[in-house]
Amino acid sequence: MKRWFGLGFAACMLVSLVQPGGPVAAQNRATATNVPVIPHEVVPDFFKNAPGIYTGENMGIATNSKGNIYIYHRAYETRLFEYSPQGVFTREIGRNNYGFAFAHSVRVDAQDNIWAVDEGTDMLVKFAPDGRVLMTIGRREDPVRMLVNMPGAGVYHGRNEKYKFGRQTDVAFDQQGNIFVSDGYFDARVVKYDKNGRFVKAVGTRGNGNLQFNTPHSIATDFQGNVYVGDRGNQRVQVLDNELNWKANYPNVGNPWAVCVSGGPGPKNPGKQYLYVSNSWPDSAPAAAAEFTGEIYKMELDGSIVGKFGRGGKAPGEFATTHQIDCRDPDVLYTAEINDWRSQKIRLKPAATRPSSTN
Amino acid sequence: MRRFLTALFVSATLAQGTGTLAQGTVPELAFDANADLLRTPANIFVGEVGGVGRNSQGRIFVYTRTGHPYATLGDNRTFYRGGSRLFEFDASGKFLRELGQDVYGFNTAFGLRVDPQDNVWTIDQSASQVVKFDSQGRVVLVLGRKPEAIAVRPAAPPAGGAPAAAAGGAAGGGRAGGAPALLPGSGIPGSSFSQPTDVAWDRAGNIYIADGVGTTNRIAKFDKDGKFIRQWGSTGAEPGQFNGVKALAIDAQGNVYAADLGNKRIQVFDADGTFKSQFTGVGMPTALCMTTGPTQYLYVSHVGDQSGMDDATIYKVQLDGKVVGRFGSAGKLPKEFGVANSIDCRNENELLIGEMSNWRVQKVTLKK
Repeated sequence: MKRWFGLGFAACMLVSLVQPGGPVAAQNRATATNVPVIPHEVVPDFFKNAPGIYTGENMGIATNSKGNIYIYHRAYETRLFEYSPQGVFTREIGRNNYGFAFAHSVRVDAQDNIWAVDEGTDMLVKFAPDGRVLMTIGRREDPVRMLVNMPGAGVYHGRNEKYKFGRQTDVAFDQQGNIFVSDGYFDARVVKYDKNGRFVKAVGTRGNGNLQFNTPHSIATDFQGNVYVGDRGNQRVQVLDNELNWKANYPNVGNPWAVCVSGGPGPKNPGKQYLYVSNSWPDSAPAAAAEFTGEIYKMELDGSIVGKFGRGGKAPGEFATTHQIDCRDPDVLYTAEINDWRSQKIRLKPAATRPSSTN
Repeated sequence: MRRFLTALFVSATLAQGTGTLAQGTVPELAFDANADLLRTPANIFVGEVGGVGRNSQGRIFVYTRTGHPYATLGDNRTFYRGGSRLFEFDASGKFLRELGQDVYGFNTAFGLRVDPQDNVWTIDQSASQVVKFDSQGRVVLVLGRKPEAIAVRPAAPPAGGAPAAAAGGAAGGGRAGGAPALLPGSGIPGSSFSQPTDVAWDRAGNIYIADGVGTTNRIAKFDKDGKFIRQWGSTGAEPGQFNGVKALAIDAQGNVYAADLGNKRIQVFDADGTFKSQFTGVGMPTALCMTTGPTQYLYVSHVGDQSGMDDATIYKVQLDGKVVGRFGSAGKLPKEFGVANSIDCRNENELLIGEMSNWRVQKVTLKK
């Protein structure tokens, strides 16, 4: 019996080693049918690094108001790069700061501050546009605890602490500067802070009911302050109001790895806002799943689907595990992709929508 | 023991600590603060400030947790390196240089003091070492030995029911909250420490080490060359016992003030370790600083929660334990303190406060 347990345990460890993506066991086919396809094109070789500069797994991507692009990625170390609006590497931000260990996402707020979300240190680090650290939320675990008791794979704990995260995944801001955090792999909640980083409220436990989450993986707000959570393990986008009350579920677009609301972080502008949701090709690049994953949905904020584009794959214009989307301009998207160590610039042609031939 | 500490910590946090209790009776000291003091090049980041201190020229030294603690995979054990750096700034906060680049024992910054000869002493929690640098940045004395390797635990238990204690334990305040105590190779009497926290000197140059928040609850005394003289203290709540020795200060008469974190008190000893007196009313004393004027005062940082957001203040105390006043509260804004783990009070009314959770040093100016 004991031996059997040991074997089972070893097998578990092996699985967790080869499949580190968390509790999502398999990516699901989206249930939406008859979805129009939006033609899209990729800008070829858009991002240009100088010789000797490489990005690794592209986990996060975000633009600022001037069109500069930030990519938060896992290379030899986790690093945050800035690119010009033309896609040329311009500088690095935050190298060797204490909050970078394992990139997960990056967002830019209405003042063009850059927020790095790091799931290795359980921290948010807010950088001014010039690269200085302005604020942190969450505290990296005391190294002493690690040294005397080195952590293994780690597990879900659901601690729900005000100022500590459990591999939090993403951050968003409303028009008042309140901060919303999706948290995460080892917790299952959405946390709201005021603009000074003071805890306001947290909702969520692990489960599949309303206001329950299974790896809330991505988060976005609209100009009204509603909060859109990519509840990845539950195959739905969960919509909350600004006080984190439940409003709606959008259950038909697969497992949302990335959500994005167009229009930028603010200030509020009159442009119509759309919600983009990626049913990403899983990060282990399973061949079979490429047939029915990888597409990105364009939705109205009420959840009705406008159309979809793309599919899983590594060719230009296909999506190799989209992990974050920037959609400040609803017709020009940037995708950060894990699997091909790349980001892409994508142009949509919304006028040319035609019915899907496959769905 | 750890369970006791954890309970203490939790209850202190829930009750918003003693700071709130004292609020009604302790005068608020008016003050200003510059929270944007330190200016570094774009590729240098100050992280959690373990310690800050000024030398006689006004130069500012910061020992900070920044960069990354790395593990190196050996054949049979896993080793660790990195995680902390030592920076020097001019009096205005402009970055001047780094000291101690890539030294063996810079892992988990926990304190920094500058002695009267302008030597800079770093205290490292996980290396369990105190290192003395001269003003040129050369290593001139090393106390304690870094544990050789990381102890690796089995895989984590199944999900659910993780104790709050595991979550509460964090740096800065140190052991309260149940930080695991045992580092391999530590705890032997003499110059082998277990998570030491502070260093102080008497007028003869004898060295006193607060040791610490690990397995050892003692104060160790060495002569100026690092020869072990004596130690005192054990674990407990009686006079002369400690529940985490978090900070030290020595007055002009050579009396030794020890911040007894878990017992929420300051104990006073003579230079040989004989207990003289104790006082409370300063919350969970996390950092101490003794002023140098004709009438000496003790500044005491109270840290009631490790997020630095709920319960904190800094007390100014007479040497008999009477609280003169207090200033500041927990938070991230200027004039708020996020786990103030270090105080420099070379100038009695112009302090430097090193913060862990806010990654900064604030210059505090007390108004007269």
